Amino acid sequence: MGEERPVARIEEHPILGRFEKGEKVSFTFDGKAMEGYAGEPIAMALRANGVMIHRYTAIRGEPRGIFCAIGRCTDCIMVVDGRPNVRTCVTALAAGMEVRTQHGVSAGKGAGGA
Amino acid sequence: MKRYEMACVGAGPAGLAAAIEAARHGVQAAVFDENDRPGGQLFKQIHKFFGSKEHRAQERGFSIGRSLLEEARELGVEVVLEAVVLGLYEGRVMNVMVRDFVEPVLAERILIATGASENMIPFPGWTLPGVVGAGAAQTMANIHGIKPGENLLMVGSGNVGLVVGFQMLQAGAQVAAVIDAAPSVGGYGVHAAKLARTGVPFLMGHTITKALGREKVEGAVVARVDEAWRPVPGTERTFEVDTICLAVGLNPMTQLARMAGARMTSVPALGGLVPAHDENMETSLKGIYVAGDAAGIEEASSAIIEGRLAGLAIAHSLGYLDQDGFRRLKEEQQRSMVGLRTGPFGEKRRQGKAAMMAALEG
Repeated sequence: MGEERPVARIEEHPILGRFEKGEKVSFTFDGKAMEGYAGEPIAMALRANGVMIHRYTAIRGEPRGIFCAIGRCTDCIMVVDGRPNVRTCVTALAAGMEVRTQHGVSAGKGAGGA
Repeated sequence: MKRYEMACVGAGPAGLAAAIEAARHGVQAAVFDENDRPGGQLFKQIHKFFGSKEHRAQERGFSIGRSLLEEARELGVEVVLEAVVLGLYEGRVMNVMVRDFVEPVLAERILIATGASENMIPFPGWTLPGVVGAGAAQTMANIHGIKPGENLLMVGSGNVGLVVGFQMLQAGAQVAAVIDAAPSVGGYGVHAAKLARTGVPFLMGHTITKALGREKVEGAVVARVDEAWRPVPGTERTFEVDTICLAVGLNPMTQLARMAGARMTSVPALGGLVPAHDENMETSLKGIYVAGDAAGIEEASSAIIEGRLAGLAIAHSLGYLDQDGFRRLKEEQQRSMVGLRTGPFGEKRRQGKAAMMAALEG
């Protein structure tokens, strides 16, 4: 697991002002409690909590994170509520979600294949 | 099977403008988009647009997006979101997947307005978390209010690199440098000047040779390139950045056009392979149109005009607009486009479009 780094939410944007967000909710990342806003992409809530690594590739075990942020590249897929390969950049965060780092292409930890 | 007179694929500037123009003349139009919100990339454009008043210059992309959506709503255009168009087949049938359900849709006229995807350049470490497309950085900062990083390297000095570079400063991040393998800045002077005035260094004739870090980006190594664009050994320098932003061009998303069998032609000035189309934006396949970046990489303003041209042509071909009215309205849009395609950048695109149309006839 990579070291987490603080990446702040933009509080007041010079052009856009404040960002309208949903209700503040709790979720977990690899069992650790975190907070984000309902309706924002899971990936954004994770980044606001300093999480960079979303998954490790099946064969070489290389880390991957957000790359395109619009649901095209699938680099940011994770296990969400037990379901693998969820594109976290286009999937809305909901209260109580269990988000896990994905290893390979299935939900099982360390699994290389489906 | 659902039936429409006109179906647009993509609810960005081109698709919305086309549907609006057609619906204004009585066409029953629907717009399908795979995203959960319409507007394409307009809502992340927070800079002011260029051109004259009629091109909505001085307006920011997101406000143009808002008014397009409002207009579409008023005219009764059906906008179907989270709808992925999986395929386009003979007889103008599309398969549309809405959530987990696939439904065939038949349309008398189809507009492909799927936009573009980003080009990428591979280098050692390019898959590390912290290497992102410029579009991703823009989405994170301008849509979701998340700073992509604290200190970033911008790779590419075209308009996307320059505009997003400045937007990263607005988001509160630092830009360590803008690099480009080309000998001079690729984008508009105005955008470059805005960024340069803030003190961000520009390294022209430089490329990225690797991203440092094991689990995430911890730095970037750049080197000068020779005349053959090869890195020159001994010229490497390291930037301590946590984010590397790739802004190395766009290419038209043409899968649906190719799948349907439209004639394609390669036009470097338009970003590569584009579906050949005539001045009404109709492809080599009767009843299938293309507009916006999918018809050749340009800008949101030109995408809107191309969309309107397609919308007018569709309304005319379906009998909703007579010959005289069509000619008058089309000329209006064409004049507006000439105004946009001026200057060295516009001229290249104008020539690109001309070459493409010649290919369609040949």
